[in-house]
Amino acid sequence: MLLASLPLLGLPLAGAATTEAPTQEPGSSGEPPPGLALFRWQWHEVEAPYLVALWILVASLAKIVFHLSRKVTSLVPESCLLILLGLVLGGIVLAVAKKAEYQLEPGTFFLFLLPPIVLDSGYFMPSRLFFDNLGAILTYAVVGTLWNAFTTGAALWGLQQAGLVAPRVQASLLDFLLFGSLISAVDPVAVLAVFEEVHVNDTLFIIVFGESLLNDAVTVVLYKVCNSFVEMGSANVQAADYLKGVASLFVVSLGGAAVGLVFAFLLALTTRFTKRVRIIEPLLVFLLAYAAYLTAEMASLSAILAVTMCGLGCKKYVEANISHKSRTAVKYTMKTLASCAETVIFMLLGISAVDSSKWAWDSGLVLGTLFFILFFRALGVVLQTWVLNQFRLVPLDKIDQVVMSYGGLRGAVAFALVILLDRTKVPAKDYFVATTIVVVFFTVIVQGLTIKPLVKWLKVKRSEHHKPTLNQELHEHTFDHILAAVEDVVGHHGYHYWRDRWEQFDKKYLSQLLMRRSAYRIRDQIWDVYYRLNIRDAISFVDQGGHVLSSTGLTLPSMPSRNSVAETSVTNLLRESGSGACLDLQVIDTVRSVRDREDAAMHHLLCGGLYKPRRRYKASCSRHFISEDAQERQDKEIFQQNMKRRLESFKSTKHNICFNKSKPRPRKTGRKKKDGLANTEATNGKPLRDLGFQDTAAVILTVESEEEEESDSSETEKEDDEGIIFVARATSEVLQEGKVSGSLEVCPSPRIIPPSPTCAEKELPWKSGQGDLAVYVSSETTKIVPVDMQAGWNQSISSLESLASPPCTQAPTMSRLPPCPLAAEEPQPPFDLPYDPRPSFAFPPSLAKAGRSRSESSADIPQQQELQPLMGHEDRTHLSPRTANSHWCIQFNKGGRL
Amino acid sequence: CWLYFFTVPVSSDQIEQLHRRFKQLSGDQPTIRKENFNNVPDLELNPIRSKIVRAFFDNRNLRKGSSGLADEINFEDFLTIMSYFRPIDTTMDEEQVQLCRKEKLRFLFHMYDSDSDGRITLEEYRNVVEELLSGNPHIEKESARSIADGAMMEAASVCVGQMEPDQVYEGITFDDFLKIWQGIDIETKMHVRFLNM
Repeated sequence: MLLASLPLLGLPLAGAATTEAPTQEPGSSGEPPPGLALFRWQWHEVEAPYLVALWILVASLAKIVFHLSRKVTSLVPESCLLILLGLVLGGIVLAVAKKAEYQLEPGTFFLFLLPPIVLDSGYFMPSRLFFDNLGAILTYAVVGTLWNAFTTGAALWGLQQAGLVAPRVQASLLDFLLFGSLISAVDPVAVLAVFEEVHVNDTLFIIVFGESLLNDAVTVVLYKVCNSFVEMGSANVQAADYLKGVASLFVVSLGGAAVGLVFAFLLALTTRFTKRVRIIEPLLVFLLAYAAYLTAEMASLSAILAVTMCGLGCKKYVEANISHKSRTAVKYTMKTLASCAETVIFMLLGISAVDSSKWAWDSGLVLGTLFFILFFRALGVVLQTWVLNQFRLVPLDKIDQVVMSYGGLRGAVAFALVILLDRTKVPAKDYFVATTIVVVFFTVIVQGLTIKPLVKWLKVKRSEHHKPTLNQELHEHTFDHILAAVEDVVGHHGYHYWRDRWEQFDKKYLSQLLMRRSAYRIRDQIWDVYYRLNIRDAISFVDQGGHVLSSTGLTLPSMPSRNSVAETSVTNLLRESGSGACLDLQVIDTVRSVRDREDAAMHHLLCGGLYKPRRRYKASCSRHFISEDAQERQDKEIFQQNMKRRLESFKSTKHNICFNKSKPRPRKTGRKKKDGLANTEATNGKPLRDLGFQDTAAVILTVESEEEEESDSSETEKEDDEGIIFVARATSEVLQEGKVSGSLEVCPSPRIIPPSPTCAEKELPWKSGQGDLAVYVSSETTKIVPVDMQAGWNQSISSLESLASPPCTQAPTMSRLPPCPLAAEEPQPPFDLPYDPRPSFAFPPSLAKAGRSRSESSADIPQQQELQPLMGHEDRTHLSPRTANSHWCIQFNKGGRL
Repeated sequence: CWLYFFTVPVSSDQIEQLHRRFKQLSGDQPTIRKENFNNVPDLELNPIRSKIVRAFFDNRNLRKGSSGLADEINFEDFLTIMSYFRPIDTTMDEEQVQLCRKEKLRFLFHMYDSDSDGRITLEEYRNVVEELLSGNPHIEKESARSIADGAMMEAASVCVGQMEPDQVYEGITFDDFLKIWQGIDIETKMHVRFLNM
């Protein structure tokens, strides 16, 4: 608090000082300049933006201070705290400057503070939920607001007639109706601020919140109509004017919505062509949405409605068109702006209330208004709900109605409108201002404070936060189609029918027109969910996998009992890689021999977990392009590896299904036969089901290739590829990843040098078959990559399979072993364990110095020679070069990065 | 429990309306055959059209047996199918709501489980997903398959959790299906509004 108020104490004084300065300056300008001033104070030149920045800073600091204590914020809504802070600050300003400063100006409020909040709520509105409940929302917004305005206004007038309001409040029926119209609207800012912390169920939230957004049109119309009636004087109002008033309701609301939709269309269309200037994408979103707001305001249409519709309408297409980065930027900027604006609004509201010169108190009016707005809100909700429940599938019960009535918060919109009143035309303005302030404060503070306990006490159905699941998405789509079909069958053109029609239309025309071709091609909700889930998995895997790796993977070589460590770490890795995703944990248990398993574990761990950045990025100094950062690429790559592994483990499970199925159907048996065939054939150890897996992997590719296509235009995204590869997977993996990560291989020089088959590669079955791979990849060969990939895939899969195959597939795997030195080693007793802590890991210094110029094959040989004497067993030879080799790679990479 | 569906009074108006539609579909015949659904023009755009039409003739949905398809359905059968789309009544108690919910989900389950062995296998799931996505020509079959695979994996992890080493997930049983749907409201998702009149 102190911290926040410090600059304020200084400010008014400084402001006061500088107001006198200009008066002196003209006089002094005639005189010759007093020489070069060493220090000049130019407060008035920066005053306005400086103050704005300071206010936002104060608000932000206040927010930080509030959130230091979890206890306070869990009990008291932030909006209450901000209003109270505003009151205190206002008091300080008043005490220091002797006059009220920095109040909530209606102009500032409507032009700068309100749009971000409305845009944020419109853009992130759950559109499906919104349209599913559109009927109820519209009813409450239109009928409810009209009802509130007229009943409150009329009742207050009645109160005055009854003599309960002091006679010094000079107001006619029209004045009261005007006041009713501005005080009746539920405020989106206040509702959002309070309800976001309450977490009621989605339906309830969307109804209250949607109402608060859409009732703006009604409020604006009512306010304008009443205001002009008041200005004309009640005697001059004719019947035609009433009709005009009704007509203007439609003009203002539909016009506002139309303006919003037009701008949404423009926005979507513009973002379709920003492929080469990604950096301005977020800006476009804000600019066009703001333009929609200003246009509607200019035409005196409902600006809130315009921005809401703009956000609601454009989101789908914009999100599809703009890049992932821009999407994040839009999201964060929007949230930041909205939260800023909200904070400032509540704070200024508090400050404005201090200014006693603006308001005049009348207890009768204040208490009457408070009572009437609560009473008529409740009555209106009950009546409307009763009508609505006749039509609703899921009726709103009593508890919902209580929350809806109680959640009718008033806020800054009402305050700004009441400030805008003309004192000469509305003599009771000061009384109205005071009443509005009290109403706003009462609803925000008292109702805001109590609504949380109330919701708890009434046991309102809370929103259950589900993670979106793929199954759910699929089922919901099925439901939609079923419902549409049933409506078709019974010949009833209901909601589902029209929704279905709209989707058809959207798919056929709108999306074609507004979405980038590349985006449109893969745009599908189900696909979207699938993709998002994959990303989420990848991220969680990276989080966990990285951790596992650092604890076990890197200490691996120095551990004496490497065998067990390797095994447990891989098991852990798999187990933690995605809860339950690895269905087939026997992968570890069924690996055959000890050193085989060890080798496999090592191989697996290093392949899957160790990401070796092979690219070096050019420092990007461009202001116009943002290059993809390394972290993202790593995530992507590890994600793909993770997915491969997951799918692999799943495939083997699925494979079991085929075998275990008691009643095989024709298709299945055919499949089984094929499998059997492939297995017996065992050509290069490639069973047919690999193809299925490969297909799935190819899918991932299609998405990435979109980005590839897009990235090739911007030159900054070119990067150096350091041709260092992890040897165990050899070229296949690298080829594949090079393609997958969407990087354009621009460097024409061969950078992937395939290692000559090491000893281990010759001996261990899954390491064979590399000879036929492409020798290098350059930009020219990217077209061949699919072929290479295929080979690479088969190979890497067969390598994985030999590790990760369930018992029933054991036989084929075994059968494809070449001369099979391993089989002979099977009965190897575990006594060779002591040999394990090989000095091979203590790396020969000569190799470490070898540097990047050395090819891997040449590095292999001396290494091998060095190691061989240390080997106790003959069969160690096909393991150690590989492990050592991989070790060498790691070293090597370090060197390369430096 | 399915008897419950018939105990709910359906207004005579509704039945009359449905009967008119039935006549219209069948061409004044007492029964509807599969071909009759070809006359519904709006249905053509539905990607899972064949599955839905099949559901109308599914003996399990018609409560006439545990498998197989009926050749034709009469008006009573038609009403039986329609009763799946009735809203959950506010006057129902908790148990009835659960039953109703179960019935609705069973309809969906039957649609997926095309060989009526009580299990949605991966093949069947893929089949459904492929049909669902068939509306979008830009999504290849492989994508659909990988989505089905992902969904199946997810289902397995939801239903079984951590699996034993030798355990194999053979497909989604109805119990698993219910588990997947746990906590998700279907009140609004399996209703046709006009049946509420």
